[in-house]
Amino acid sequence: MGWNRKLLRVNLTAGTCSVEPLNMQWADEYLGSRGLATKYLVSEIDPKVDPLSPDNKMIMATGPLTGTMASTGGRYTVVTKGPLTGAIACSNSGGFFGAEMKFAGWDMVIFEGKSAKPVWLYIENDKAELRDAAGLWGKSCWETEEQIKDELQDPLVRISSIGKAGENQVLYACVVNDLHRAAGRSGVGAVMGSKNLKAVAIRGTKGVSGIKDFGAFLKATNDAKKVLADNAVTGQGLPKYGTQVLMNVINEIGALPTRNHRDVQFEDASKISAEAMHEKRESDGKTHLVTNAACFGCTIACGRISEIDKGHFTVKNSPKYWGASGGLEYEAAWALGAANGVGDLEALQYANLICNEQGMDPISFGATVGAAMELYELGILNDDIIGMAAPFGSAEALAKMVEMTAVGEGFGKELGMGSKRLCEKYGRPELSMSVKGQEFPAYDSRGIQGMGLAYATSNRGACHLRGYTVASEVLGIPVKTDPLATDGKPELVKAFQDATAVFDSAGICVFTSFAWTLADVQPQVAAACEGDWSMEKLNEVGERIWNMERMFNNAAGFTAKDDNLPPRLTQEPAKTGPAKGMVNGLAKMLPEYYQVRGWTPEGQPTAETRARLGL
Amino acid sequence: METRVTIRIAFKLFASLSDYLPDGHRGNRLELDVDEGTTVAEMIHRYRVPERSAHLVLVNGHFVPPAERARRRLQDGDELAIWPPIAGG
Ligand code: SF4
Repeated sequence: MGWNRKLLRVNLTAGTCSVEPLNMQWADEYLGSRGLATKYLVSEIDPKVDPLSPDNKMIMATGPLTGTMASTGGRYTVVTKGPLTGAIACSNSGGFFGAEMKFAGWDMVIFEGKSAKPVWLYIENDKAELRDAAGLWGKSCWETEEQIKDELQDPLVRISSIGKAGENQVLYACVVNDLHRAAGRSGVGAVMGSKNLKAVAIRGTKGVSGIKDFGAFLKATNDAKKVLADNAVTGQGLPKYGTQVLMNVINEIGALPTRNHRDVQFEDASKISAEAMHEKRESDGKTHLVTNAACFGCTIACGRISEIDKGHFTVKNSPKYWGASGGLEYEAAWALGAANGVGDLEALQYANLICNEQGMDPISFGATVGAAMELYELGILNDDIIGMAAPFGSAEALAKMVEMTAVGEGFGKELGMGSKRLCEKYGRPELSMSVKGQEFPAYDSRGIQGMGLAYATSNRGACHLRGYTVASEVLGIPVKTDPLATDGKPELVKAFQDATAVFDSAGICVFTSFAWTLADVQPQVAAACEGDWSMEKLNEVGERIWNMERMFNNAAGFTAKDDNLPPRLTQEPAKTGPAKGMVNGLAKMLPEYYQVRGWTPEGQPTAETRARLGL
Repeated sequence: METRVTIRIAFKLFASLSDYLPDGHRGNRLELDVDEGTTVAEMIHRYRVPERSAHLVLVNGHFVPPAERARRRLQDGDELAIWPPIAGG
């Protein structure tokens, strides 16, 4: 059956843990993880709730394939109302934590209320208890993991925690698991911090039982693994170069947002690329990249493990950062690098380490630094306000800012609010490169038109993982489309959005979609889960999830006006590259998208659409 | 007498294709003098880049589909960049 059919409800106000059966009718309609947890959330909270108040809830959820032998079946999601955006937040992470939750016998954990003092949750199979976190508060994610393992005398316990950023409610704080995997976006870590919940530690030894048809599941997962292994991207490209291989590609096509999107190409892109990570450094003769790494059950292994240059100014006096650690992935390298004009690979890895250590989303952090640097160049911010010179390109400023933001010191407090609030405060709201308050990832929508629509309509604010049309527009997966054209993009965006909701809800990694289509996922889900899991049904489930998220956002107060892009992208033409002279054609794509979705011109699902999807 | 006219282009091979770059390259880029009229397909063959690995072929950042590579003649100053099948996120 894929699911354990059991959830844990933790009331932090009362300090209680209780068991509930999983609502199997909802599982049949929303599959699991992202879809099912969101169904619980939207059914239990007021959409207008203050995200950082005790009335908001936070759900950690697995999917039916999490913990199974399906490739990449280690994913879990953190679902809540996000403080950065005020919209639905659903952040997905790999590593080993999700599988462990499944092995302990749970499908999800719902956190509600707020603890009077810091606590952490310990789950050991059926047993769950809240423990005092007085000794963990103020500690980094790395220290927290170490200390809990030490206290339990169990090196195999799997832990998700917040660092100082989550405690200080940095609005883009994340929840870090297994040292360098993170439920990264929208500030889910700040919600955890607002509840005085420091960590969740799980030990599960029960394995996954109850696969519906084990023989069929074995065949389906093996067939699907072969597809991944035989595919040049998932079998060779991603393991060897990681996501970072995109740095030079996206720069070449003129869609690498640079210096807060002032430019679309970065002159130092090659210095911070995957290829650079493979090259020997002049300083010590070593390569930056040490090896690749895989999350639970993953046969792709795109993760990067690197070693920073010990002599670099950022770490020369801090041996604790000298060991091999996670990064750089493309999004982090872009946000910490090109977005603020910094071409120093080692400085980027340092900032990335601090983001992992203290639990901060490097995308929103880096992009907020980009906005601050632009405000500095315009003379709106100065050395006194920031506490240092912060022109574009300053690795020193980047390194200092990441430290200040993580611990909430000085100007770091303002950076921790994100670019929207920062730019509003200093009277230049248009300089925040964000949608619904969340910063863009690493693709400029003037050079990749479909992404403009994907960003504007993403249910969790600007995001590449809600509808990654880059795959088609740039990489030719599954078919090549023209990145500079708007025609056909509304359909493309919808198709990507709906399919991604299914991948996320199944408990597998969306990177499998570089080789798999839903037709590869369907036999795996159908063999694991009770019920009818045809292609038709999966497509419908994806669309239902998308519309459910949208309806929550509408009820939270978002309107069609919020499906927008900053004026820089719709009015300031790209200066160089293939998109030179172009802006994003959102105005043309959006009405068509609403139509394709079965929404009113105001962006509301019509009664007919809701009825069709059972919403 | 026929005169050979050469043009200067930049040839860039990335990721696992870097190994096919001739000596003298800095990073992933090499400037080359080639005969006027040289096509994209000729460059791919000349440097023995396996056809199925020449997945993402860009001239000045614009994608050149497989069917056009034998027809597409390079101009002076062009940047030809090639990747194997890749993806990221
Ligand atoms: S493809 Fe990468 S991110 Fe996805 S599960 Fe595998 S290692 Fe983790």
